[in-house]
Amino acid sequence: MNIKKNIALSDSGFVFDPSSGDSFSTNPIGLEIIKLMKNGKSADEIKKLITSSYMIDDNSFEKDLYDFVNMLQKLKIAEGEEKK
Amino acid sequence: MKKLQYERPVITRLNTGVTNKFGTKTAFTPVTHVDGNEVKTLIANYGSPLFVISEQTIRKTFKDANRAFTTRYPKVQFAWSYKTNYINAVCNVFHQEGSWAEVVSGFEYHKALNNDVPGSKIIFNGPDKTEADLRLAIENNSLIHIDHLDELYLIKELAVEMNKKPRVAIRVNMDTGVYPIWDRFGFNYENGQAWDAINKIMLNDKMELVGLHSHIGTFMLSPNAYGIAASKLSDLALGIKKKYKKNIQYLDLGGGFASKNTLKGSYLQGVDTSPTFDQYAEAISTAILNAGFLEEELPLLILESGRSLIDEAGSLLGSVISNKRLSDGRRATIMDFGVNILFTSFWYDHKISPAQDFSQYTEDAVLYGPLCMNIDVIRENITLPPLKRDDHVVVHTVGAYNMTQWMQFIAMRPAVVMIDMDEKPHIIRRRETLSTIESVEMMPEYLKKFKL
Ligand SMILES: Cc1ncc(COP(=O)(O)O)c(C=O)c1O
Repeated sequence: MNIKKNIALSDSGFVFDPSSGDSFSTNPIGLEIIKLMKNGKSADEIKKLITSSYMIDDNSFEKDLYDFVNMLQKLKIAEGEEKK
Repeated sequence: MKKLQYERPVITRLNTGVTNKFGTKTAFTPVTHVDGNEVKTLIANYGSPLFVISEQTIRKTFKDANRAFTTRYPKVQFAWSYKTNYINAVCNVFHQEGSWAEVVSGFEYHKALNNDVPGSKIIFNGPDKTEADLRLAIENNSLIHIDHLDELYLIKELAVEMNKKPRVAIRVNMDTGVYPIWDRFGFNYENGQAWDAINKIMLNDKMELVGLHSHIGTFMLSPNAYGIAASKLSDLALGIKKKYKKNIQYLDLGGGFASKNTLKGSYLQGVDTSPTFDQYAEAISTAILNAGFLEEELPLLILESGRSLIDEAGSLLGSVISNKRLSDGRRATIMDFGVNILFTSFWYDHKISPAQDFSQYTEDAVLYGPLCMNIDVIRENITLPPLKRDDHVVVHTVGAYNMTQWMQFIAMRPAVVMIDMDEKPHIIRRRETLSTIESVEMMPEYLKKFKL
């Protein structure tokens, strides 16, 4: 799963898709995840990074990440296959 | 290194220029405490879900209502509508504030007696009073509001047999410009039924006609309708004075004032659209004062307000069981309370606040209860910050009808806690247990044994 190349991010959590003109709002954690994905991190790497810096257990985060990535795909911010 | 506070990642599409049909974000501030008690602690001590009643809010609301009427009309009496919330502690707060009792069944009548309300200060309404109920009410000199002719005849027979003169009123239904007319209760004003009943009582002299009653509906958003009802009851009272030289002691305008809830499907919030007590009081008082009574013969004004006096004092605390994504992409959050204990979610879009801090990010969601049924929807769409399992919410303005119409289904009904004037919580109804339910079950002998 990749974040589409041309997606623009601002530090305030504003996400813009120039190909469709759609804009989105995400929370700080969402923004961090999108940035990590943009940098090519796999789901496992993201899980390690987030659970080591936030008060959240592996299982709960995995569930949230799965849901979030699904939303990214639904909103056409992310595309393609899940990275192994 | 100390770990950071986690919040579930969310992303939502921004719709520029289009008003958000899910409401405005400013509606969300966390409600972490109810009357000085932390939601988390209340739930830890009394379980989740949990109904919480604020005694402060009851007394304040009652005083507001009472002030609105007593500053406009010389003789005012409230009677607490038991069916709205008949947990005894709640009733007694109203009785301490001076309310009589308004009941609609033998069960409620006995509850009022057990709460030490004098029989003469119990108003007995409703179509279903049994012969035993009526005997007791006559014995206790209660105010019996006659709903139909069968009841009128039965009371007449009992009066002769018991050699007592029951104090009665008739319930009158009428056109107040609000439809449908609740014409299944009482006697109609426009078609002469009301006069027919009045004549039957006055000519027979076995009962004393002390009052006239109407309850034009519930959650009535039009103060003007009450003005019309008050005029029509006054007109009957003055007619009785003229025809029988008899002063009617009271006019009872019933209940029905809207609370601050938002009716389903209404675009505006209830807090902004529901009339104030002052508006209802103005309409009613003006109508009676202008009807033509001599000043010393002005009838007592009785009010049986229910939801408008108790709704705001009640909150339901609950917890998140799970989050899901529906097939259309909407978030679904499953709460530990369903429509069986929050009956009013069929009528209202209840305001719901998270009970913990959160960032400004929100998501549109459907709120479901835990029942295994498709109808168990608390809010069809609501904007909330991301909630995770075991987070708490506060459902506001749920004091009316939920704690009487709730259904025991699948699980036990929750505890009810009242927070007193000093912000100290008291259990006023224990959480039900398996034995609460099984205490009324019986097992036939032959079904007691089986082998699997
Ligand atoms: C006769 C009577 N009085 C009072 C009430 C209380 O009404 P509300 O809760 O709408 O004020 C009701 C409720 O339906 C009622 O039937």
